[in-house]
Amino acid sequence: MRDKIRGFSFTKNFKFISIIAALFVIVGLVGLLLLPFGVQLFNFDIDFVGGTTMQFDLHTPVTAEITSDVAAVVQEVSGKPASSVTKAGDSGTQVVIKSLELDSETRDAIFDALAEKYGMQDTDNLKSDYVSASVGSDLRNKAIKASLIAVALILVYITIRFEFRSGIAAIIALVHDLLVMLSMYIIFRIPFNMNFIAAALTIFGYSINATIVVFDRIRENRKKEMGKKTTFAEIVDKSIHQTMTRSLNTTITTLIVMVCLLILGVSSIRNFAAPICVGVIAGCFSSVCLSGPLWNLFTPKNDVRTK
Amino acid sequence: MKKSVITLLIILALTAALLFAAFNGIGSIIPRTQDGIVLGLDLVGGSEITYEAQVTDKSGDLSEGMSSAIAMLRQRLDALGYTEANAYQAGDRQIVVEIPSISDPEDAVQKLGSTAVVTFEDADGKQWITGSDLDKAYYEYGPTDNSGVPNHHVVLTFNAEGQKKFLEGTRSVVQRSDGKNYLAICLDGEVVSSPTVDKKNNPDGINSDSAVITMGNDATAEDATYLANIISAGQMPFDLECVKLQGVGASLGERSLQTSLLAGLIGLLIVMLFMIVVYRVMGVISCIALTLYGALMAVLLSVFRINLSLPGIAGIILTVGMAVDANVVIYERIKEELRTGKTLLYAIDTGYKGALRAIVDSNITTIIAGVVLWIFGTGTIIGFAQTLLIGVILSMIIMLVVTRLLLHAAVGLKIRSPKAYCV
Repeated sequence: MRDKIRGFSFTKNFKFISIIAALFVIVGLVGLLLLPFGVQLFNFDIDFVGGTTMQFDLHTPVTAEITSDVAAVVQEVSGKPASSVTKAGDSGTQVVIKSLELDSETRDAIFDALAEKYGMQDTDNLKSDYVSASVGSDLRNKAIKASLIAVALILVYITIRFEFRSGIAAIIALVHDLLVMLSMYIIFRIPFNMNFIAAALTIFGYSINATIVVFDRIRENRKKEMGKKTTFAEIVDKSIHQTMTRSLNTTITTLIVMVCLLILGVSSIRNFAAPICVGVIAGCFSSVCLSGPLWNLFTPKNDVRTK
Repeated sequence: MKKSVITLLIILALTAALLFAAFNGIGSIIPRTQDGIVLGLDLVGGSEITYEAQVTDKSGDLSEGMSSAIAMLRQRLDALGYTEANAYQAGDRQIVVEIPSISDPEDAVQKLGSTAVVTFEDADGKQWITGSDLDKAYYEYGPTDNSGVPNHHVVLTFNAEGQKKFLEGTRSVVQRSDGKNYLAICLDGEVVSSPTVDKKNNPDGINSDSAVITMGNDATAEDATYLANIISAGQMPFDLECVKLQGVGASLGERSLQTSLLAGLIGLLIVMLFMIVVYRVMGVISCIALTLYGALMAVLLSVFRINLSLPGIAGIILTVGMAVDANVVIYERIKEELRTGKTLLYAIDTGYKGALRAIVDSNITTIIAGVVLWIFGTGTIIGFAQTLLIGVILSMIIMLVVTRLLLHAAVGLKIRSPKAYCV
């Protein structure tokens, strides 16, 4: 088995690898491309599209049990999960329920259900209002602009330290990882909110880091093999195998922490940890199977230049 | 041998000292981590301020004014350092601002909601200068009167029209016979200072392109800078009145912080166990280095009073991952060298040399990303960039310097069987 893995050529089997990658990427890519046409595949949360906020006075100290009970009632009555249920008020006896937009009948129904459960009067219905998105288009555009500048500068740095072709390969691997994450958001209907930005940034850093380690080995082996008849494809394969143990061990250690969060965390934390787990696995796959072979693909067969 | 013992003891003592500092704090320089780190709205909650737009025409369309007011509030929140805050519209005329727990919410309510209208008025309330006569406002430190005592203040510069009006205004004031020879500078309708125009020196008024808003001797550089910034940014489209100020709980859920900390701790312990099983002595060294890293990170986060919310925590997790990764890269290199039959010391040194470039390159790319996100990012992205940058620089130093010292110490302590390093 071990020998079989050792002998596996990533560059020769690149077609097969890219089909697998395409399968995981396609959903996220389609979802992203359809966005400008108004087709909504993502489960956008209140942060991005706005919604409804309601505030009730329960007259009893709001504990974690009560907030999850309230969330359950909201889900049951409206059919949609609440975006958040938080404690409020000076004595901590009030709850603020935020959710995607609900019509006034549904809001009344939620209040009635909760009023029955906690013995509230009509005067305890403190607020029921429409709220705008807290991440408007201005903030979103700024975030996209910042990421694009970061990607451009990283490309410049990789070009200086390695070469332009490898920079492009690294960016493709990065885009792959983020698209796999987006696919997960669509397939599992994960609420798309501020947590996505945190998760995406984490994978951004993780993916680049993983790719650079592999590229470093390719750079080193290329120098060693200078003047010999070894092809670049062989160098790439050798380097990937040499760094395999580290790729796997690093992925395992990162996954350990994330799986702990996934098991022990509250539901909103789970919605953050799950996409990161997926992103980390995608990052491991892309750094091992995609980035090196892509660099090879972009390098002309007769290229003898060594750095 | 002796040297190795000393190295080991120094590093262990340093780790213990930092852990102590993180848990207990040292004097006023290093606050306890618990007190120093400002936890975000999502983890512990904070204050929710509801402002209402004060407009006379209730039928008009407010949406444009509301979105520019929200944009200005965001700018002000960033200027005050509340990078993790939220601002959004509720209903037609209300704006809700959520900020993490702070000691003086009333002060924040006042600063954020200020309209930032500057006027110059005489004793009869006649407005000689209004916002449109101003060119810009900037912060300055220095003496503003004959006493020569420096203070923090804001300098206002007039445009051509403003300079003309200022001359007319001061002339009118100086020629008054009732002794009220002053021109008051008002901010949002309240008098900030009322400097007297000296008759002897300026019988025909003052021809100047600038004026100074003094803020008293208690004013700090932050106060003056903030005031200058909001005057420069222009005034709010309407007055904002605070209609409600209330505490709100953690938006990720009441137990999000507790459970995440517990999960993180358990995860870290399993990672340590994994490292020890796979890399034995080198794994133990990783554990010491990771503990040192964690303690130093906690101390730095509280010294710099970093706003910590979920993205910030994500940044920390990423840097811990990168720290472990740096170890794995180095150790795999050392194992490769050992397998070819090299001596331990030689293997350690060449292992480090081989791994150095990979670690430096990957960390520098991360640093580039962190700096860009810090400069161009907004809100919680800044929190992520801050913890990422601090963490990456720290982990690079610790993993390259401390683990190496510890490995040499281990060799010095006669732990030399390759089996102890797992081959």
